[in-house]
Amino acid sequence: MSAEFIIGHYNYWIIVILMMAGLYVVLARGNLVKKLVGLNVFQTSVFLLYITIGKVHGGTAPIEIKGAYDVVYSNPLPHVLILTAIVVGVSTLAVGLALVVRVRETYGTIEEDELVEADLVAEFGEAGKT
Amino acid sequence: MIEEAALQFDVTTAIDIILMIFLLISALAIVVMRHLFSIAMVSGVYSLLSAAFFVNLDAVDVAFTEAAVGAGMSTILILGALLLTSRREKITPNRSAFIPLIVVVVTGAALFYATFDMPNFADPNSPANTDVGLQYIQRNYDDIGVPNIVTSVLASYRGFDTLGETLVVFAAGLSVLVLLGVSSAGRLTGREDET
Repeated sequence: MSAEFIIGHYNYWIIVILMMAGLYVVLARGNLVKKLVGLNVFQTSVFLLYITIGKVHGGTAPIEIKGAYDVVYSNPLPHVLILTAIVVGVSTLAVGLALVVRVRETYGTIEEDELVEADLVAEFGEAGKT
Repeated sequence: MIEEAALQFDVTTAIDIILMIFLLISALAIVVMRHLFSIAMVSGVYSLLSAAFFVNLDAVDVAFTEAAVGAGMSTILILGALLLTSRREKITPNRSAFIPLIVVVVTGAALFYATFDMPNFADPNSPANTDVGLQYIQRNYDDIGVPNIVTSVLASYRGFDTLGETLVVFAAGLSVLVLLGVSSAGRLTGREDET
C-alpha cells in the first residue's frame, strides 16, 4: 500500500467506521431515542461519503465566476442529492420522535425490552412474563 | 509516485484528516454514553463537525443546510422528545451485544473491502467527476443563467425531485401533527401520574 493509496482512501475507511458506529447503536441499544440518534449518525456518514466522492483536487465551490475559464469546480451533483437528503432526514427524525413520544404515553417506557414484555403480558397474561 | 502523493497532500487534506478524527471521537462518544441529554448535545456537535467537513470539501450549500437543519433543528427535536419521555437510558444487562457486534463487523468488513475499488480522494478523473457532474458545470450558465450550479440543478434540472422532497416534508409534518395533535395535549401534562 503506497502513501498515495492510504491518503486517497482514508476518508472512506473512517466513514465506514462511522456508519458501523451508527448501525451498532441502532441494533444493540434498547432506548428508542438513542436508536434514532444512531440512525442520524449513520445517515450523516452517508452524506460524508457522497461529498467525499464529489471533491475535485484543487477545486472550489461550484459557484460560477463570470469570465474565468481556468477555474476548477467540485462536482455539484452529489451536493444537490445530499441537500435533498438532509431535509428528508430531519423530517423522518421528527416522525420517529413523535412516535416515541406516543409510545411513552401509552406504555410508560421507551426501552425496547420493557415494551416487548408489556406486549407479551398484555397478550398472554402473567404466563407471558420472561 | 512519490511526487504525486506529495501533490495530493495539501491543506484541504490536512484539515480533512483532523475533522475526520473529531467526527470519529464524537461518534464513539455517542455509542458509549448513557445520559440522553449528553447524547443529544454530542449529536449536535457531530452535525456541526460534518458541516465544517462539507465547507472544507467545497460543499457550501450542504454545509449551511447541515448546520441549520442537522445541528440546529435535529438537536431541538431530540431535546423536545427528551422533555416528553425520559432523560436516561436504562442499563439492560440481559440484552446481548454479541449478535449486533457480529452484524456490524461483517457489514463493516464488506464495506471496507468495497472501498479498495473506489477512486482516490479528490481524483478529478473519477467516474463521478467526469461524466454527468461535469456536464452540469459546462452547460449551466447557458441553460439557466444562475451562477450557483447547486441552485440551478436543485430548482431547475431536478425541479421535480425537489417537488417530491417538499411532498415528503409536508407528509412528515402532517404525520407529526396527527401523532401529537390536539388529543394528546391534556395527557402530556399529567404524564407523571401514569408511571
